[in-house]
Amino acid sequence: MKLGFLVDLALCMGCKGCEVSCKVENEVPLSMWRLRVKYVDVGTFPETKRTFTPLRCNHCENAPCERICPVSALHYLENGIVNVDKERCIGCAGCVMACPYGAIYIDPETNTADKCTYCAHRVAGGMMPACVVACPVEANIFGDLDDPTSNISMYIMEHQGNVKVRKPEKNTHPKHFYTSGGEVNLNPLASKREEGYNLFNNITHLKHVGGH
Amino acid sequence: MVEHTTAATDAIVTLDVALPGIVWGWMITLNMWAKSIGTGVVLIGVYLLKKYGDRVASVKTMMPVISFIFLNIFLLFTLLDLHQPFRMWHIFFYPHWTSAITVGAWLATIFTGIIFVMAAGKILNKINEEQYNKLMWAAFVFAIPVTLYTATIMGEASARELWQTPTELLQMALAAFIGGSATYLILGVGDRNVKRDLAIVLAVSATLSFIVYMGEYYFGAMKAEEVAATIAFVKDGGAYHTMFWLGQVMGYIVPVALVIFALRTQSNSLLALASVLALAGLWIAKHVWLVIPQLLNLS
Repeated sequence: MKLGFLVDLALCMGCKGCEVSCKVENEVPLSMWRLRVKYVDVGTFPETKRTFTPLRCNHCENAPCERICPVSALHYLENGIVNVDKERCIGCAGCVMACPYGAIYIDPETNTADKCTYCAHRVAGGMMPACVVACPVEANIFGDLDDPTSNISMYIMEHQGNVKVRKPEKNTHPKHFYTSGGEVNLNPLASKREEGYNLFNNITHLKHVGGH
Repeated sequence: MVEHTTAATDAIVTLDVALPGIVWGWMITLNMWAKSIGTGVVLIGVYLLKKYGDRVASVKTMMPVISFIFLNIFLLFTLLDLHQPFRMWHIFFYPHWTSAITVGAWLATIFTGIIFVMAAGKILNKINEEQYNKLMWAAFVFAIPVTLYTATIMGEASARELWQTPTELLQMALAAFIGGSATYLILGVGDRNVKRDLAIVLAVSATLSFIVYMGEYYFGAMKAEEVAATIAFVKDGGAYHTMFWLGQVMGYIVPVALVIFALRTQSNSLLALASVLALAGLWIAKHVWLVIPQLLNLS
């Protein structure tokens, strides 16, 4: 079994339901995110378009975080999920430096690394990840990539040529796919981040919380 | 607002969460800096003892004592930088050998143990020449990977394209040579010939370090888009432009000039000044290089 995730960006409407359900399900602390939806605006007014991109851990088959972790706190489950053992983690932040997707953070409450686990605890009980359940338009598709009859496998087959991963050049072999997305969605260098160009608040750097 | 953008491809992030700040900060800089001195005094010290023998007898005690002090600074700040420092023992009881952090921690621990025995043995007169020499060579051998392993950690941190293992290996080695030679020059070890050798090591290492940084500064952008975006932080108008050049000038350019002038005028005080500036500049240069890749948004 090799679990994977696919987001159909043509369906996503940026409601952030997945974000909220993830925070509630996993008790993610304030200011931290296992999953977030990024809005990017493209074009010149009035010909503008808003895109939404849910971002989470890619559960890479060749995960740099697993490789750099000195104590195997980041480890593979048999179903391909890259899990975190918070009791083992020493908080060196090597994984934070290694993840090319910025998906790992240091939890300020436990002082350990944390990230999306595809809701491994729910999956173990036969349930779908919280974000999949919460999505009102079924843009989040989760399942077994090894099973050709699974929803995700069939979706990938149907959308061949339109299935992308983030930063393929890193050779991490992500198990998180996107359809209907482009550079603007998936490449952080393809969009600008400017102070004052945000909907609700200025994008800023958090002071490093947790530890020191 | 968005209406001010001109090109259709000029996309702008309009809603996102706050970005994480600098996670590996000054403690890691201090860690690398202190390690450069801790291993550098061993690498350079062994060279001095082999070439000049009893003319630099003081190095026999000085080398392990200084190394032990700086290795402990390095280990202390490595520990303090952990968010769960009391779990440090996990590295020894649950080691993950694909991690350069694990390998480095083991090597550094063994190396520090050897240095401790040398320092204690010398101070307490509990060690003879033969034993000292055996330990000295063991220390020399371990000093090499302990100097270099941080570069491998940075290479494993694959999110930060700027930190490339071959380049960082060279920078770590050169930093150790600068740290070792500058420390002995500040302490005024040896006669004119010894000081000349140390001054040459300092100047050559500083020159090569400067060349490597300039190589990255001018040609790094050719490697990858992410490197180009990272280098922008030290280019004109970048947030770390001034600090970067302060490190380069203070750590490399001025010390080389001072060494050349000092060798001509045989001025020990100029050599000491060059060494102090080199050590201070080394810290700044390393800090800038550590921080800027962390400023780049990865998602």
